[in-house]
Amino acid sequence: MDVDYRGVGLKVGLEIHQRLDTHKLFCGCPSLMRDDEPHEWIRRRLGVSYSELGAVDPAARFESLRRREFLYGIYHDTTCEVEADEAPPHPMNEEALEISLVIALMLGMRPVDEVHVMRKIVVDGSNTTGFQRTALVALGGEGSGVETRWGRVRMATLCLEEESAYIVESSPERAKYRLDRLGIPLVELATEPDIWDPEQAKEAALKLGRILRATGRVQRGLGTIRQDINVSIDGGARQEIKGVQDLYLIPEIIRREVLRQLSLLEIRDELRRRGVKEEDLDAPVLDLTPVLSSSSSKLVSRALSKGERVFGLRARGFSGIMGRELQPGRRFGTELADYAKVFGGVKGILHGDELPGYGIGREEVDEIRRKLSCEEEDSFVLVIGKEEAARLALDSVRERMKQALRGVPSETRRALPDGNTAFMRPMPGSARMYPETDVMPVKVGPILERMGELPKMPEEQIRELVDRYDLTEDLAWELFDEGKVPIFERLSGYGVSTRFLASMLVSTVRSLRREGEPVENLREEHFEEVVRLLGKGLLAKEAVPDVLRSLSKGEYTSAEEYVRTHRMTQEELDRVIDEVLGELAGKVRERGERAYGMVMGEVMRKVRGKIDGSLVSKKVKEKLKEFLEAG
Amino acid sequence: MTLHYRGRAGRILSSLGVEDYDRVRVVKGDRIYEGIVIPRPEIFDDEHIVLKLDNGYNVGINIKGARIELVSKGRPARRVEIPSIRFREDLPRVPLVVTGGTITSRVDYSTGAVISHERPEELLDIVPELAEIANIEYVPLFAEFSENLTPEHWRRIARAVHDQLRGGAEGVIVAHGTDTMHFTAAALAFMLRNLDKPVVLVGSQRSIDRPSTDAVLNLIAAARVAAQGPVAESVIVMHGSPHDDYAFVLRGVRARKLHTSRRDAFQPVNEPPLARVTRDRIEIMSDRFNPRREGRSQVELDDRLEPNVALIHVWPGMPEHLLRYAGERFRGLVIAGTGLGHVPRYLIPIIGSIVDSGVPVVMTSQCLFGRVDLQVYETGRRLLVAGVIPGGDMLPEVALIKLMYALGHSGDMEGVREIMGRNLAGELGAHLGLNVFPPCWR
Repeated sequence: MDVDYRGVGLKVGLEIHQRLDTHKLFCGCPSLMRDDEPHEWIRRRLGVSYSELGAVDPAARFESLRRREFLYGIYHDTTCEVEADEAPPHPMNEEALEISLVIALMLGMRPVDEVHVMRKIVVDGSNTTGFQRTALVALGGEGSGVETRWGRVRMATLCLEEESAYIVESSPERAKYRLDRLGIPLVELATEPDIWDPEQAKEAALKLGRILRATGRVQRGLGTIRQDINVSIDGGARQEIKGVQDLYLIPEIIRREVLRQLSLLEIRDELRRRGVKEEDLDAPVLDLTPVLSSSSSKLVSRALSKGERVFGLRARGFSGIMGRELQPGRRFGTELADYAKVFGGVKGILHGDELPGYGIGREEVDEIRRKLSCEEEDSFVLVIGKEEAARLALDSVRERMKQALRGVPSETRRALPDGNTAFMRPMPGSARMYPETDVMPVKVGPILERMGELPKMPEEQIRELVDRYDLTEDLAWELFDEGKVPIFERLSGYGVSTRFLASMLVSTVRSLRREGEPVENLREEHFEEVVRLLGKGLLAKEAVPDVLRSLSKGEYTSAEEYVRTHRMTQEELDRVIDEVLGELAGKVRERGERAYGMVMGEVMRKVRGKIDGSLVSKKVKEKLKEFLEAG
Repeated sequence: MTLHYRGRAGRILSSLGVEDYDRVRVVKGDRIYEGIVIPRPEIFDDEHIVLKLDNGYNVGINIKGARIELVSKGRPARRVEIPSIRFREDLPRVPLVVTGGTITSRVDYSTGAVISHERPEELLDIVPELAEIANIEYVPLFAEFSENLTPEHWRRIARAVHDQLRGGAEGVIVAHGTDTMHFTAAALAFMLRNLDKPVVLVGSQRSIDRPSTDAVLNLIAAARVAAQGPVAESVIVMHGSPHDDYAFVLRGVRARKLHTSRRDAFQPVNEPPLARVTRDRIEIMSDRFNPRREGRSQVELDDRLEPNVALIHVWPGMPEHLLRYAGERFRGLVIAGTGLGHVPRYLIPIIGSIVDSGVPVVMTSQCLFGRVDLQVYETGRRLLVAGVIPGGDMLPEVALIKLMYALGHSGDMEGVREIMGRNLAGELGAHLGLNVFPPCWR
């Protein structure tokens, strides 16, 4: 489907979260992610007040939230009382604030004079305190932000906040988090909604990411940068799409979100044409277990044998709408199922547009429709589960159907790998933020005064790399984007061609990764040894991929060891060339000097990586000449 | 006019007629801020104003070179509708005596201001479980950080508790700041004679305005103990661990705050907790307590205290004039001595002359755990000869309050010695099994 994005009023804003390369924001613990099992788990709950939360969330959600248990994994050596919410926060990490200010100034933003830390209420358990500490450091304004082919994307705000705890598992009754991630300083960059084309969003994200990396003071690697995308269209509603890790997925996510909102608007119009009103959806939730008690559906009978029951809700006027596609492969029914899962913790729903099916027959469907008093245009939703969960699920489904009559609800959604999105939770209001009284405000002036010159902008860094090291611009960007400029500059003094060095650091490693080699094991010392050996002529360029492969697998502890086992002497090379000439004697005589390519190819097949290619070439030429002269 | 700004910022704002929570615009060079004026704590400087922007963030703006305009007057804090509660005939009456601390306050999210509760409904809004346990009533006494309390405050609390129990309450909860909660708990233990119902002190180490507050579990547990608990003593009910699973019931005269910030900061000294309380039930852990008696309370108030008593922590090389001075200025002294109850040798004659002047001196140990024994070493024996009263296994703070009580009841040294040596409320004569000393790494 071709969409005129300007025409539908597409507005996109980005929120980029980048972890900083310094210790935690409110304690001295290292910003270190662990992969071992926590030393201990702490069991907690969150207390939320009914009047404050009830105004925002349905009462049912309040109830379930109060009963939810949170488990926090602690590491005695790298997390402390602060992450466990057993001690007040320490003063704000000023290095983190300084890095934030550097980023703000590089983006043309205006810092505030005094930074005040706020508590942003977050009750999903991702923070032991029940709030996230966050501070507004700078505001955007005209002239801030980045230029794209579609125009400038201005900055709105730069906030310095603490990273949330790392989620291990989650269910409506319980969630488990690790505290190693909690409190890592995070810069949140928000743009104005100046983006009006899906591709523009990617370009802006790329440029912002490069400026962050140009500071040299941000964390690198998986999960250290995340993009959230805010998308809306005219007549639709703002969605916050969370957790986009891959930049290249951004345009597709936006395209599909536009589709979803357009489809939801069509559904709204269709329901209005059918004359459906919100009160039409107030039918009671009915226990339909008796109807399906002897069902041949395995899905149903398995659930019933576990003591679960089947509950149903009439969906007046929704016939044909449940199955309507909103995004490729996602239907309106899928949206309802998201709500049922999130609020009721059930596995999913069954709806009228997909039944008969799942082993539920026509007669059973007719009986369900009769019990629910469904008329022609009506559909229904079934939920199988424990009574309490099923009722919570169906109540949330009912709310979602009512929203369909109003159009597009504003939601926080989760990016899926194919570019679709799924409902996570309703969009939180902005009011639930109050001062963090445990942390004193910090004045920005003294930090700005002692701050040195700003780092060079990415484009300037690239220009310098190209000029100084005779690199192509593409190769320079690759080094930059992969954070390999520092190692490249350090290793450039060993007398190896800079282009070869750069492509070893980026392309060679990338293709080894693509082949499934554990390149994360390659350390800086490995690369250093390789270039040292290359520089001394002790290692052939051709052998580099194989050396790195062996080192990453741990087959050799050093490149030197590899060279010792693989290196070929000139005598051995002579012998190989003689052998090849012998094998190919007939053809060589036939072709004369033109046989060079063939001989060279065959020899290289046998000696690749064991000896320098230029030496091989020289030797093959000599030997071929001798061979031909000898007749 | 309410404006919490002083000095330069205060003068500028008030000249514009700006009050707290008014909406203003501040233009400073190419920066423009618009938001609500948030009160600024007095200890901060007078060069910045704090605005809450529309995105919810507070920022500080230096007023130097700033142009400030009043945009609109503020509106009063939003009142949140809270359903009122009904008296339940099937549940006991449990008054909650409010003395301060954040446990009975709420936060206004639009301004960040912390407001004291006026009605129990506001507490039930945060801890609805309480309504299933007891009929909670508020008895507001004062709102003080507990470090500001004095023996006079203890008396007022004791009287309120006494009146409530005599008035038919099944137990009383005292909401209290945590810093000196164990002092108040001990004072109540001595002043409430013939106690036959639970008196439960409760507080929070994480203020109630945050979702992770420990107040929820603490209050549920406190209400349960006050309404149903079998222990008729002045107790502290607070978290038993970093988990939100259970609270401990600690005898007030045996509890001490042993950590500055942890939820389980209060630990029993020289005895196990009396009970463990989960959200649903009370599990008794000790058989050494004064049991609850049914029927209307017959508690008696005996609040004669002599507050002019000092607690002195000795250290190596402590100058003698400090002790001499204390001996002249106070009517009784408690010494937190070293080890088994010792002081540097040169202080012993001074102690002797203080006792001779009629000022009782009680010896406790800064070790906290264990009991003093003045018969083992020569220093101890000399202290006994000097007339020191051994504090047994009493905590130094508990001995301090008990000495206030003793001096309130007896004018002579022997009378004081007799009271100090007699167990009044479980503060003295514990069975020191090997299971009452808590290091966590074994």
